[in-house]
Amino acid sequence: MNDVTFTTAQARASYLDQLEAESIHIMRETIAETERPVMLYSIGKDSSVLLHLAMKAFYPGKPPFPILHVDTTWKFREMIEFRDNRARELGLDLIVHINQDGVKRGIGPVTHGSELHTDVMKTQGLRQALDLYGFDAAIGGARRDEDKSRAKERIFSFRNAHHRWDPKRQRPEPWRLFNAEKRKGESIRVFPLSNWTELDIWLYILRENIPVVPLYFAKPRPVVERGGTLIMVDDERLPLEPAEVPQLRNVRFRTLGCYPLTGAVESTATTLDDIVRETLDSRFSERVGRVIDKDGAASMERKKQEGYF
Amino acid sequence: MNMLVNKLADPVALVDDTSIQDHENKSLLRFIACGSVDHGKSSLLGRLLFDAKLVPDDQIETLRKDTGQLTGSDDDLDFSLLFDGLAAEREQKITIDLAYRFFATAHRKFIVADAPGHEQYTRNMATGASTAELALILVNAQSGLTQQTRRHALIAATLGVRHLVVAVNKMDIIGYSADGFAAIERDFRAFADRLGDVELTFIPVSARKGDNVVHRSKAMDWYRGPTLLKKLETVDATPRAAKSAFRMAVQWVSRPTPDFRGYCGLIAGGEVYPGQEIVVQPSGQRTRIKEIITANGELGRAGIGRSVTLTLTEDVDVSRGDVLADAAAPALVSDRFTARIFWMGEGALAPGGRFHIKLGTAKAAARIAGPIELIDLAQDAATKPAESLLSNEFGLCTLELDRALAADAYAENRETGSFILIDAESHDTVAMGLIEHASAQRETAPVRTSIVGHAVVRVARFFGARESHSRSIAKALSWRATGSIDTFLIGWIITGNPAIAGSIAGTEIATKIALYYGHERIWALVPWGRR
Ligand SMILES: Nc1nc2c(ncn2[C@@H]2O[C@H](COP(=O)(O)OP(=O)(O)O)[C@@H](O)[C@H]2O)c(=O)[nH]1
Repeated sequence: MNDVTFTTAQARASYLDQLEAESIHIMRETIAETERPVMLYSIGKDSSVLLHLAMKAFYPGKPPFPILHVDTTWKFREMIEFRDNRARELGLDLIVHINQDGVKRGIGPVTHGSELHTDVMKTQGLRQALDLYGFDAAIGGARRDEDKSRAKERIFSFRNAHHRWDPKRQRPEPWRLFNAEKRKGESIRVFPLSNWTELDIWLYILRENIPVVPLYFAKPRPVVERGGTLIMVDDERLPLEPAEVPQLRNVRFRTLGCYPLTGAVESTATTLDDIVRETLDSRFSERVGRVIDKDGAASMERKKQEGYF
Repeated sequence: MNMLVNKLADPVALVDDTSIQDHENKSLLRFIACGSVDHGKSSLLGRLLFDAKLVPDDQIETLRKDTGQLTGSDDDLDFSLLFDGLAAEREQKITIDLAYRFFATAHRKFIVADAPGHEQYTRNMATGASTAELALILVNAQSGLTQQTRRHALIAATLGVRHLVVAVNKMDIIGYSADGFAAIERDFRAFADRLGDVELTFIPVSARKGDNVVHRSKAMDWYRGPTLLKKLETVDATPRAAKSAFRMAVQWVSRPTPDFRGYCGLIAGGEVYPGQEIVVQPSGQRTRIKEIITANGELGRAGIGRSVTLTLTEDVDVSRGDVLADAAAPALVSDRFTARIFWMGEGALAPGGRFHIKLGTAKAAARIAGPIELIDLAQDAATKPAESLLSNEFGLCTLELDRALAADAYAENRETGSFILIDAESHDTVAMGLIEHASAQRETAPVRTSIVGHAVVRVARFFGARESHSRSIAKALSWRATGSIDTFLIGWIITGNPAIAGSIAGTEIATKIALYYGHERIWALVPWGRR
């Protein structure tokens, strides 16, 4: 009857423990098998979970890699504040990189459109930073459930010297055996959260009491409605149409990015509990709020081949 | 229970009835879905999500746009597109790579490895099966079992999948016939003894109409088993190795301060507890567990699947690649292993091939020593000698490593019994390996044993070596025809009597065919002089 007790003991271990253990395993493999790893930190909820997992993976030590934020200069102000506080509290080695070339050219989402802005400030900015510091592995918080092209991405995903992704040359990843051997010039993107979904992320944040940017919680915020999307007026850089008047609406964000490219949703969720309930009940996938994904079904795959994370 | 299934299908009811705590505490099941092209795998998975009300509205909108079906009931949509991925695949209308999909009910989170059906993509299936506890195998009710179905079942079973669920799809086309379903079940069971220790479940479904997927079929009241969703939710998801001996491959040595030394890893078998006597392998040093450290505090016990940091009572030498094992039941330590290899490289795998091997967290150099035997999936996994393995083929061979490593038989433990081979030049992952056993002495004959059965292999090797039977027989016959005409002509010239010449040639035909055949087969076993 040993069997029975064992099975129930197993069943009691929550699936979140399993996801956590696997993500920690992936991070430890990364630092053991690469020379100069870095963790990408985009300040959102996934990054918050990633950071929390890194703290756990290397406890009682600190994560043995720096944290990199590629700042597009158009992030919500609350995000930047949150980032700096977290880095201070946890004593992290935080690197902030801004594509100065893009700044000089005055690139922005309003003037140049989402595609060019994202390409220059985010994609190229990331490449610059990786090349500048010589990082050979970048741990990121992307999840496979985010969009179709990610569903097939490996956990250890290789990029050539030009940071391009080749979906046809992906290595099989049986069991937990990750092959981190690089060809010349290659670097690796590692995705420890591959098997997590949005709901898992929130349940875990709730269980572990992980701090997240307050923008995820509903509160009256000044927004304008554009093409059905609610855009928050976070600073004076957002040009308003003559008739456009920012209205205070009770909104929150399901995903965070550059503020002019990130749609808010009307909500009354003010606690983590509320957010989990809202996510469980949700009839819309989270990317609905992302302006950048509306360019067509295959666009994400194209962007990724070009080096978007 | 039926009511429960219906409740699950309604996420609103689900929010009302289940606490968030229940969601946090649910279990995880990894399964692989496989089937021949067009048997309806994508439709079935799409239907499962839709009927369980797990498809967000915006995705249904996109689906409507993609299919040009802007009106009509949701029920008539082509759900197969919910499972469609890369742009290139959309053009060809088939899933080319392994895609991972996720969904969750109040009871379970599911990670689905969606594997393409074609033979040239077997590697994707094998990869997906390597971590799956259950395989969902699609069979088209109209066409019945195919060669592919048998291949998929064999691959899944070989990779240690414990539960096979055979979904007989398109039941609507055969008029929901109980006899049609029973015939397929009978066919499948007829070969299933080859699969070893697996649990079989057969479910008649229609992906198009939604029968027995989430909702019980009204058209098939003769079926008394579970719906597909219910089966997925209730199957035992515990890995086999949960009950075996403690194992942990050391990933990393943590030394944040000079007086702390912890060994990080994921528990790959059994349980660990402070005070437990363990052995560090391959070195063989024995010591005890001092503490199980996690960020949430020290644990009194930790089971399979947990990532932990262990400290030891004595200051022994441990580094990445070592295995910590229960001292009472340690792993095998050897520099020679007999293993089943699944070859994924572009060229062929031949004896003498050299690779990097990654076994657990250990790396070494490996060489294919001695002959290779092909495990023929088209012949229900019969083995036969082969010169080499081609891409997507399974084989059995012996590996020689440049140092001894610790491992278990794959049948005992999937984590410590598996490895990959890496091409030293391209750095690609070229093979998956499943350990059969350690082959202790170097002096003994190259390949001595095989789990598939000594006798079968030996007989197959004698008769099947390099040249097929029929080829040997054809050669014997053609040579005999030529030779006997020659004998007849010479006999006639010398004796001047065609009748005597005829009888000499006639008797000779029978004896020499037999002699030739024997002679051929003996030569077939002699490698000397071959290039
Ligand atoms: N009549 C009927 N047709 C089905 C059923 N399931 C799938 N199909 C059809 O079979 C074809 C192949 O289905 P698909 O899901 O794309 O197959 P896959 O290649 O195995 O993923 C499509 O035309 C489906 O509409 C079913 O249960 N009944």
